[in-house]
Amino acid sequence: MKKKQKNSIFKNDLLALEKICWEIRQDIIEMLLEAGSGHCAGPLGAVEIYVALYFSGILKYDPKRPFWPERDRVVISNGHCAPLIYAILARAGFFKKDELKTLRKLGSRLQGHPHRLSLPGIETSSGPVGEGLSQAVGMAIGLKMNNMKNQVYCLMGDGEQDCGNTWEAVMLASKYQLDNLTAILDRNSIQIDGFTEKVMPLEPLKEKYEAFNWKVLEVDGHNLEEIIKALYKARSLFVKPVLIICHTIPGKGVDFMEWDFKWHGRIPSSKEAEEALRQLRSLKGKIELE
Amino acid sequence: MLNPEINLNPEIFSNPLLKSTRDGFGEGLLIAGEINKDVVALCADVTESIRMHLFRDRFPERFIEVGIAEQNLVGVASGLASVGKIPVVGSYAVFSPGRNWEQIRTTICYNQQKVILVGSHAGLNVGPDGASHQALEDIALTRVLPNLSVIIPSDSLEAKKAILKAIGYPTSVYIRISRENSPVITTEETPFEIGKSQVFWLPDEEKGEEFSGITIFVCGFLVYQALLAAKELSEENIFVTVINNSSIKPLDEELILNWAKRSKAILTIEEHQVKGGMGSAISEFLSEHYPLLIKFMGIRDNFGESGQAEELLKKYQLDKEAIKLKVKEILKEIN
Repeated sequence: MKKKQKNSIFKNDLLALEKICWEIRQDIIEMLLEAGSGHCAGPLGAVEIYVALYFSGILKYDPKRPFWPERDRVVISNGHCAPLIYAILARAGFFKKDELKTLRKLGSRLQGHPHRLSLPGIETSSGPVGEGLSQAVGMAIGLKMNNMKNQVYCLMGDGEQDCGNTWEAVMLASKYQLDNLTAILDRNSIQIDGFTEKVMPLEPLKEKYEAFNWKVLEVDGHNLEEIIKALYKARSLFVKPVLIICHTIPGKGVDFMEWDFKWHGRIPSSKEAEEALRQLRSLKGKIELE
Repeated sequence: MLNPEINLNPEIFSNPLLKSTRDGFGEGLLIAGEINKDVVALCADVTESIRMHLFRDRFPERFIEVGIAEQNLVGVASGLASVGKIPVVGSYAVFSPGRNWEQIRTTICYNQQKVILVGSHAGLNVGPDGASHQALEDIALTRVLPNLSVIIPSDSLEAKKAILKAIGYPTSVYIRISRENSPVITTEETPFEIGKSQVFWLPDEEKGEEFSGITIFVCGFLVYQALLAAKELSEENIFVTVINNSSIKPLDEELILNWAKRSKAILTIEEHQVKGGMGSAISEFLSEHYPLLIKFMGIRDNFGESGQAEELLKKYQLDKEAIKLKVKEILKEIN
């Protein structure tokens, strides 16, 4: 059998990944309904990003050995994506899917925001945004000092581009030419107080990063093929750290949640959840028909 | 008398060598780097000022200059710790742990990544730079954080020992150091441990000196002032005990309890806000385990100002004269 080209993503693989995306979305709605609080829009919108990272074969990890030294490091800077992260880690085999329903409950390993010491697969405790990139930069510098080839991925939201801390880290990453660092930005254009461009205009974001000596790739954050290609490209680029801006729709997959910033920190009622799950299931059905 | 059991510098009162705790820290960090190749150092644009240039010049590949970016400073250190490094981060205490407290809380303490935080230019003795640069709140900021120890060396030798001990300590450590030169009180042989404090001065019972019932807990730059005060008081037949309370967290509870039981009153002295500082830590512990009269010397809900260190200690009533006066006031109250 001919060996697969690194960059070639077959249609069947993509269909399988898309199917995972819609299942993860259902997990998120079910988890939030059970938890009674949490964030909705961000996790739904970033599903393709996480699925592309964890299930396309690019990320080196081993759920049976969460501290395997050769693993790539994933720093989740926007910890409020917790339901999505947990659904992904369960699917990846770090723990059983049953545990997802314990989210945010007393005694659960699935803390409201991810905690490194409570759950395997979580590299850093996060929640307060704007700090993840600093930690990722520290990891990337340390791994280079150790002559290790692991890649460091930092998943960020766009709201945390308001934080001075983020830009301190952006500068240090280019100072040290951290080509082992890939930052992935979920550009969903919402934050708690409203649309990012109203709360604190970020544009031109691409040009800002380029001015700070980063290489920037822009993709449709719901197009798995585009995201996966960008991830491979980022890994093969040298001298500069890479930012992948993924343009996403907050609340993606549920029509009454899409583009509505009210869903940033809100969860659906049981009736709304039922409708959300109905929409997600039918979309999934559409994919299976193809 | 000076505690004869811990090899203090016999020339303290005659001809002491003057050296700052920042100098001691810089020398200790260099040694730490030589002993352990995992030690890395990070600084935020005050490298020579806090004596980290000794390490930088010897191990340039293990030194990271982050620029004036203290939030990033500690986040990057947390990341380095997670890949097996032992990061030592230094800045002025006003900025670290001042400006970056939440990053320390989340990425180092909650995350349990071991990092050694060094806050220099703490206290009034920064002098002419003025109130904006005189950290008077850093003990309070650090001692409330889980998984973080708080250490204040009293001289340059203790600062050197503190950084070396911190490298091998199981949790993150905050070390508070000063800019200004001060007498070297200890010797290489004086014991120094995180979690242990030492009696530096006590009544000489063999000479018939009877304890007046006041134990002084003091830390950092002011330990020497307390020793001067104790010596001069002894000439007036007032015999106090002076403890160098270098370990703020964990407290040396056994030592504190022992001396509290022998005392009628405690006096705490620090170059820090009275609220939340070293004295508060002692008071919290004793209120629970052995309540007795406690008096505090420190900054009273106020900021400092420009001036020479000596002038400031006098104005803010933290020099030996103020300490003597306070001891006499307490004596009146307890007798």
